[in-house]
Amino acid sequence: MSAFWALVQRDVRLATRVGGGGGMAVFFFLIVLSIVPFGIGPDLNLLTRIAPGMLWVALLLSALLTLDRLFQADQEDGTLDLLVMAPQPLELTVLAKAISHWLTTGLPLVVAAPLLGLMLNLPLDGMLPLMGAMLVGSPALSLLGAVGAALAVGVRRGGLLISLLVLPFYVPVLIFGVSASRAALVAVPGDLGGQSLLLLGAVSLASLVVGPVGGAAALRVAVK
Amino acid sequence: MTCRFVALGLHQTDMAWSIHTFANPTRFMRFSAIVLPYVWALAGAGIGIGLYLSFFVAPPDYQQGDSVRIMFVHVPAAWLSQFGYGIMVASSIMALIFRHPLADVAAKSAAPIGAVFTFLALVAGGLWGKPMWGTYWVWDARTTSTLVLLFIYLGYMALWVTIEDPNRAARVAAVLALVGAVNLPIIRFSVDWWNTLHQPASVFRLDGPTIHSSLLWPLFVVAIGFTFFFLGVMMVRMRAEILRRRVRTLQMQQAAG
Repeated sequence: MSAFWALVQRDVRLATRVGGGGGMAVFFFLIVLSIVPFGIGPDLNLLTRIAPGMLWVALLLSALLTLDRLFQADQEDGTLDLLVMAPQPLELTVLAKAISHWLTTGLPLVVAAPLLGLMLNLPLDGMLPLMGAMLVGSPALSLLGAVGAALAVGVRRGGLLISLLVLPFYVPVLIFGVSASRAALVAVPGDLGGQSLLLLGAVSLASLVVGPVGGAAALRVAVK
Repeated sequence: MTCRFVALGLHQTDMAWSIHTFANPTRFMRFSAIVLPYVWALAGAGIGIGLYLSFFVAPPDYQQGDSVRIMFVHVPAAWLSQFGYGIMVASSIMALIFRHPLADVAAKSAAPIGAVFTFLALVAGGLWGKPMWGTYWVWDARTTSTLVLLFIYLGYMALWVTIEDPNRAARVAAVLALVGAVNLPIIRFSVDWWNTLHQPASVFRLDGPTIHSSLLWPLFVVAIGFTFFFLGVMMVRMRAEILRRRVRTLQMQQAAG
């Protein structure tokens, strides 16, 4: 297990100390969201209505942005070969990479989300459900993204390819995430907020299996 | 029959033919050359008779009028969009587990045909939707999940295009097809759930038993025709792919010396 945590630590350090990591993703998140009012107009009521959806879409895009470096950097300098040959199961290695991706991209975005929510006139009541939903759902983005990143290792223009491969798989996360975030804003009959939060959790747990297994299978092909 | 298959080298004794009978691309080339004309004939007959039945024999629907005839293309196309993905998944499992040399050729060949049928289902659905629903596109649960299926097909094809080495591309694409197979039910469920959240179940549902048999028969005949058409195009594509790989190998050998 120590190798596992060492890998997480290494990737977090690399992301925070070498440029192009989590900081950039937060910046991108901010920019995308501030472009929205230019596109649809500064009507505050309209912004309130679309705020949860826009925040989630921006979260997906920002998470995608950093995915292409997940394995590519390691493949370029040869680290990936060592990781594949190491005694640690490759599934755990992929899981460690996904965790570090989440720590450096998902978590900062979740923390920044309420602040950006203010810019979209998201009511204060909506902040906690939004953060809760993002906290539950964003690991799925990193885990499913790891599969896409592993599939595209060593491919030219891999970043674009990853987006094409991964975005369809993000649909359930988006649907349940937005619905859980909306629960506090829109009066929905029944306990839909809690229900969608549970389903979002289910998607995250399913990704916890699909991500490492699929990612490891793809990496074995890429490295051999 | 038997002697023909023996001539093909397909002479397994007890089990009819195991999967590995067709593992040999040369055998597949011979087998498909014999079978293809029959497949085309069945496809032509199915589509021809089916379309005749659906345009001239089937009565117009009492509610939808003649627009219901679009369904005779739309519904079989939608079936085949999923049939295609099923073939892709089955072939990908064969390719990954048994390293079956023809399986990845089959998966690669099925993808664009499945994608085209998915697209056809969407277009026909849109054309039907305009007179019925008053709009070409509705974010209806089925429409949306079919659209996502199309995206997954396109992503799969993009992966094949971007990786040059066919052996590597085959295994990577197989992983994607399987991950897609795990995720498709989740996507489908989530989209159903999302849609029922916004609007109640659609009135225009085509549940099998609710259709009158006079409309059901043409549907099946077209579907059978489409299926054989799918298989025919798939075989042609597989043959082309096998030849392409042979050419590639020959070029490699030539380059080597």
